[in-house]
Amino acid sequence: MTDTPALAVENLSFAYGRRKALDKVTIGVPKGSFTALLGPNGAGKTTLMALATGLFHSRQGRINVCGHDLRSEPRKALAAMGVVFQQPTLDQDLTVRQNMRYAAALHGLGGRGAGARIDAALDRLGLADRQGDTVRALSGGLRRRVEIARALLHRPRLLILDEATVGLDVDSRHGIVETVHRLCAEAGVAVLWATHLIDEVRQGDRVVVLHEGRVRAAGTLDEVLRTIEAAGLAEAWTLLTRTEAP
Amino acid sequence: MRRWLTAFNGILWREFLRFLRQRGRFLAALVRPLVWLFIFAAGLRSVLGVSIQPPYVTYILYQVYIAPGLCGMILLFSGMQGSLSMVYDREMGSMRVLLVSPWPRWFLLGSRLVGISLVACVQVYAFLLVARLYEVDPPWLGYLTVFPALLLGGLMLSGLGLLLSSLVRQLENFAGVMNFVIFPMFFASSALYPLWRLQESSVLLHRISSYNPFTHVVELIRFALYLQVEWTSLGVVAVWTVLLLLAAAWGYDPRHGFLAATRKGD
Repeated sequence: MTDTPALAVENLSFAYGRRKALDKVTIGVPKGSFTALLGPNGAGKTTLMALATGLFHSRQGRINVCGHDLRSEPRKALAAMGVVFQQPTLDQDLTVRQNMRYAAALHGLGGRGAGARIDAALDRLGLADRQGDTVRALSGGLRRRVEIARALLHRPRLLILDEATVGLDVDSRHGIVETVHRLCAEAGVAVLWATHLIDEVRQGDRVVVLHEGRVRAAGTLDEVLRTIEAAGLAEAWTLLTRTEAP
Repeated sequence: MRRWLTAFNGILWREFLRFLRQRGRFLAALVRPLVWLFIFAAGLRSVLGVSIQPPYVTYILYQVYIAPGLCGMILLFSGMQGSLSMVYDREMGSMRVLLVSPWPRWFLLGSRLVGISLVACVQVYAFLLVARLYEVDPPWLGYLTVFPALLLGGLMLSGLGLLLSSLVRQLENFAGVMNFVIFPMFFASSALYPLWRLQESSVLLHRISSYNPFTHVVELIRFALYLQVEWTSLGVVAVWTVLLLLAAAWGYDPRHGFLAATRKGD
């Protein structure tokens, strides 16, 4: 049971009409690891995220979250994951705390227990003094922090973040990358981090490179670089995301 | 069971919170039927006579006749506005937060619809209180007995809205849906005039109005407000509510719903 990965995707395929978005994708996110899902725009990252979170459904392939099949045990699978979407998903008319309370309730957490968890999550993300502010009044970086805090409320074992730094300035971006790496190291949460920005990958991270709906490389950063004989991630990225001539 | 209840309460709480924060929405919901009551009814009361018909036992003023229809109007607009907010939530992304929580879709969407319907009931009660100043004075107990009718009617109409929101991909397209759904439903019903009056002018329109589920929502409210049950309307509204809720849940199911058929790559 200890070897069960936080996320196991096997032979997953998906198409929008005739256009194939994912083709027999197989990836694994080990427990407590930080896995960067790298790929250029249109590679299929968001589709993969939508399938992994049950928003989309595919008949081809399997998705398993912490030992629970997403198709046959969706409640257990969804309860084990926290999600931060590419699109902002906070209710802008509500305060930070009200957004958190709503998310807690959606996971069946209420009363004092929920209050304590909200306090802890806001503290951890450095948001305690902004909890009474409406989301509308927050900067983009702070909103992202709220979304991460919200995704952690029910203590998930897997955190899925889809291009969570899009639209943020460099400082906010680095701050969020560091925060999530720290969470992964300290709380033991497995992270699947989708991005097209290679500077968000840290030494020791696992890397999956997705391009044109297919996995082009997977493993630790060193393994990937060794396999394709690249000097660095920038060179690896160029080699792996080169579009083949039709 | 407690966790289900917590989630249900959370969804209702958010719906009320949003309603309280959007005061303009409340004002618009209240002003719309009041304009109809104070202006439209005042203008037509001398033209349109309403003969004695159940549940009324005497001749009634025209504004008394259209009050249940205007209650239905509030439910109709509120249901559509609720589904509009679902299209907005879907575009803005907050719908995703709801859909990735660990509950069945039917429960999540059903809870949301109950929330939308309860908010609509609050608006109806506010309208009925103001309407009392304008001689719309059903028995006091009627305010209590009308509640189940309002809730059921609200659920049916917000279920229709939810189904429409699963069909509409973008917010801009929703205005067209409003024109093609709200106005025909409202005008081809017993909200503004008794069906027998329609029959005098057009048999076809009378037939359409008789089958219009909104007519039955209005009649259910009308009778409940006067401490009676219109059993046919109750049956029709109950069946439509179940059908629309099932269709809407199907529409939001990623396996085979309308969304699955219409979605595009992100």
